[in-house]
Amino acid sequence: MKIVRKAQAGTMQSSDLMVFLEPAPQLRVEIDSTVKKQFEHLIRRQVEAVLDRLSITSGVIRISDRGALDYAIAARLETGLFRACADQKESL
Amino acid sequence: MKNSFRLRRSLLYVPGNMPSMLQNIPIFESDAVMIDLEDAVPYSEKDAARTLVQSFLNTCQDRNKEIFVRINSLKTDWWQQDLQAILPARPDGVRLPEADSPEYVEHLDTVLTEFEEELGIEIGHFKILPSIETAEGVINCIKTARSSSRLIGLAFGAEDYTASLEIERTKTGEELFAARTRVVWACKSAGIQAIDTIFSDVSDMEALRRETTLIKTLGFSGKSLVNPRQIEVVHEVFAPKQEEIDYALQVIEAIQKAREMGTGVISLGGKMVDAPVVKRAVKILKTAQAHGLIDMQLDEEVIYGHK
Repeated sequence: MKIVRKAQAGTMQSSDLMVFLEPAPQLRVEIDSTVKKQFEHLIRRQVEAVLDRLSITSGVIRISDRGALDYAIAARLETGLFRACADQKESL
Repeated sequence: MKNSFRLRRSLLYVPGNMPSMLQNIPIFESDAVMIDLEDAVPYSEKDAARTLVQSFLNTCQDRNKEIFVRINSLKTDWWQQDLQAILPARPDGVRLPEADSPEYVEHLDTVLTEFEEELGIEIGHFKILPSIETAEGVINCIKTARSSSRLIGLAFGAEDYTASLEIERTKTGEELFAARTRVVWACKSAGIQAIDTIFSDVSDMEALRRETTLIKTLGFSGKSLVNPRQIEVVHEVFAPKQEEIDYALQVIEAIQKAREMGTGVISLGGKMVDAPVVKRAVKILKTAQAHGLIDMQLDEEVIYGHK
């Protein structure tokens, strides 16, 4: 899958996160979080697992996290990616 | 009558697009939860809620209560995608909105069977709880109650029902009486549970208690809830009172004595005790047992005596 348009997913409620995506030549993941100090590495690991699973190799992905658990991080990122790559969703 | 003594006093709605509520499902003390993909989710977030609920259910190993998912109505374009997303994560069943006629339930039943075959899940695993929430739904509910072996009950929905009648919903509920009664008839005659509507004023616990007492009197065995704070009141109302339990125990004792004397009817405190009274007493004792209030053996022999 390839990010072909700007998209976002999620909310700013606690235990949730917002994901912002846009097309770019290289892959870049930026993480901001209320629990950044303790958990940035775990959030990043979760984000990378999803990107890997959906074969995303380019685009800017900004995460604004409000203490979300792994399942919510994966779900919001997937939703954002489906929205940003909507054309190719059928081929999944 | 299968599932007849599974307690479903409290069925709590959990909005499908709110992680903070979803991840509390294991600690809510309701008998069941209904994760909502319908009214609690705006049109623009249907895709997000579906994915979130799927992801949650896949990681939710702690299934200490029944989990239903309220999908979007079969009149919308979303319900198939809802099922596609959530069924592989094995919820216990589906709450079906706008079940206006038996055909909606039959259609869903067929689709659930197809999913079970495809997923290699035992046929009949996914239960159905249809919402009776329009005038048409109320008129047809007697047939709807017999439309599928997957049904655990019918759930009355007063908010949409009053909207379909173009009337206000009151706190005392006079306008709901006929519809509620019909839903109870439908359920009792089909041997399934009657689940009452939500009570939306979360701050008014006294009115919730009055309404729950009323619907228990009418024959409902549980209620849909919108807030975890409502669970305790509903459980209190549905728990048999000590005097009810004491009386039920006396009834059982009396009827056993009657049978020893070779009769099926006896007087207890000036009132006649016969088979229907015993049946009610057994129902109270089974409910008390499910609440952990008593510990005793209850079988067909107690109700009907030796063959």
